[in-house]
Amino acid sequence: MSTAVLRRLAQKALELAAVLLLASVGVFSLAVLLPGDPAVDILGAGRDPAEYAELRHGLGLDQPLVTRYLDWLGGALTGDLGHSVVPPQSEVTDRVLSALPVSFEIAALGLLLALLIAVPTAMWSAYREGSAADRILGAGTFGILSVPSFLAGLLLILVLVNSAGWFPRAEWVRLGDGDLLGNLHHAFLPALTVALAELAMFTRVLRSDLIVTLREDYILAARAKGMSPLRILFSDALRPSSFSLVTLLGLSLGRLIGSTVVVEYLFSLPGMGTLVVNAAGQGDYPMVQGAVLTIAVIYVILNAGIDLSYGYLDPRTRRVHV
Amino acid sequence: MSDLAPRARSLPPLPTAVSLTVAGLVLLVFGATTPLLVTPAKTAVALLGLGLLLAGASRLGKRWAGPGFDVVFWFGAGWLLLLGLAIVFVPWLPLAEDRDVATTVTEPVFAAPTFTGAHPLGTNGFGLDLLARSLYGARSSLLISLSAVAVGTLAGGAIGMVAGYVRKTVDRAVGIATNSLLAVPPLILLIALATVLQPHPRNVALSLSLLTIPGMVRLARATTMAHSNRDFVVAARAMGARRSRVLVRELLPNVLLPVLSLAVVMISVLIVAEASLSFLGLGIQPPEPTWGNMIAEGEGQVFEEHPHIVLVPGAFLFLTVFAVNIVGEKARGRWDSRSVKL
Repeated sequence: MSTAVLRRLAQKALELAAVLLLASVGVFSLAVLLPGDPAVDILGAGRDPAEYAELRHGLGLDQPLVTRYLDWLGGALTGDLGHSVVPPQSEVTDRVLSALPVSFEIAALGLLLALLIAVPTAMWSAYREGSAADRILGAGTFGILSVPSFLAGLLLILVLVNSAGWFPRAEWVRLGDGDLLGNLHHAFLPALTVALAELAMFTRVLRSDLIVTLREDYILAARAKGMSPLRILFSDALRPSSFSLVTLLGLSLGRLIGSTVVVEYLFSLPGMGTLVVNAAGQGDYPMVQGAVLTIAVIYVILNAGIDLSYGYLDPRTRRVHV
Repeated sequence: MSDLAPRARSLPPLPTAVSLTVAGLVLLVFGATTPLLVTPAKTAVALLGLGLLLAGASRLGKRWAGPGFDVVFWFGAGWLLLLGLAIVFVPWLPLAEDRDVATTVTEPVFAAPTFTGAHPLGTNGFGLDLLARSLYGARSSLLISLSAVAVGTLAGGAIGMVAGYVRKTVDRAVGIATNSLLAVPPLILLIALATVLQPHPRNVALSLSLLTIPGMVRLARATTMAHSNRDFVVAARAMGARRSRVLVRELLPNVLLPVLSLAVVMISVLIVAEASLSFLGLGIQPPEPTWGNMIAEGEGQVFEEHPHIVLVPGAFLFLTVFAVNIVGEKARGRWDSRSVKL
């Protein structure tokens, strides 16, 4: 690594820190915007003034805003996101840490499933460009893009759980329990729901790139040499056609997180989505703050990683940067 | 001769077009109304009918208006027009009760759609009419999304244009602010705001408009920068035009079309976001109907026994998002300037 690359990385890291700091101010200010007094909400009516004052002190509500923010940020940096204000007032960090793996699994499986379905579909569609199958797939993927994930999930439940009875509903087998097959059986339908919207987008983008690649002379040469279509598609055409797909992977991260949240809530999975939606419904602001901050940090870091990875995937962008 | 041959072939034969249209219409009506089949079979027949109808109408349209006729676009535009008229005139339409459960004690509950009679699309668990609820739902959904897009486009477009024209510190500050707004995934931002804001339509619209601002700022900024060194802008400045005049008279006309085509795309994104939020129970609250909270009524056992509770508002939601996407795709194809990159 040259010094130029290192300087670029350092600059990127500084930018990231600034953005995350501003985002943390935004997340913290949720507590300020909250209508009413959290201490009153916890104690309910008919409270003892001494107990009320003690609780306010315990929650840090009697401190100036800047102090409260710095306390919160300091805690967050050392892995302590505070306590929930809703009984049983559990530790936010514990809840977030137990919810994160579930969300990761659903999102990652969804992404994997989307790629596994999208790549062959796009290849078939591009190879037979203009055929009836290609047009039907084009219309189908455009239609899928207009189905919100909670609707898609409910339709999948209707067909695959209620009518066919292939999948269980509303239970979760933790990966840590050692029952991998049981876990996958429970995770498949949520992951498929998450995958649907992504795979439609992936198929459309990869198809249009593949069509351009398949018109290149070297593909014609490979064909003239008598190589099989499958070999041409997988080993000659796929890699040069996949740059837009990788860019799209980065852009679709926000939507992926959004659909994971909705799908977890729909299938009542114990992930970040269910955590944050329930906390929001109860006005449990420390929980919402902690969960949103965690999601934001992961999201920003993943996005930065994807940005940096372009240079390694596509040498043309590397030269411009350095 | 060789010049004319392909053109003659591209015109579809009239008998095929007419028979496809008629067969499609018959299957669609039969599938929608027949009491002879179970729901999945009815749905399949109706969908097949719809497919044939579209194929037939496409052929008829191509004969009538030339090969450029896009039947799906006109289908989408027609749906939006119909929905637009319906949400304007819904208070005067002869519909059954949509939100007051006290008046529906004698109404049938969970009535299935028959497409005729007092409850053409059926009723929910309280005997409330699903057609009326879907139309009022369309009203709040479209009003919220359209006003959110309007606010987001105005604010984001103005900020982006100023940042792109003035540059320097303003631009840098705007850049950091938009990046921070983008640091939280869209739906998570909405959920976080729903924690502290009352679920009032105005608040929902304001939080939704926050989602459109970063994209608008970036597009308006990039388009402004692409135009701000063009000769006509330099000429205007040389003649002593003030900054505000350059921005409004010279740059705005060039920024307007790309920004508007992004706005059309954002409408469907926001309709979905609003529906997701009310589905999660964090948006507009019942008894005020929205497509999202109507779909949420079907969660669990209810949906298993009465799929229409989800399918009716789901169909409205899907058709509307689909129609806006189709229209947006057309708008983008026609208006987007390819020279500008985000």
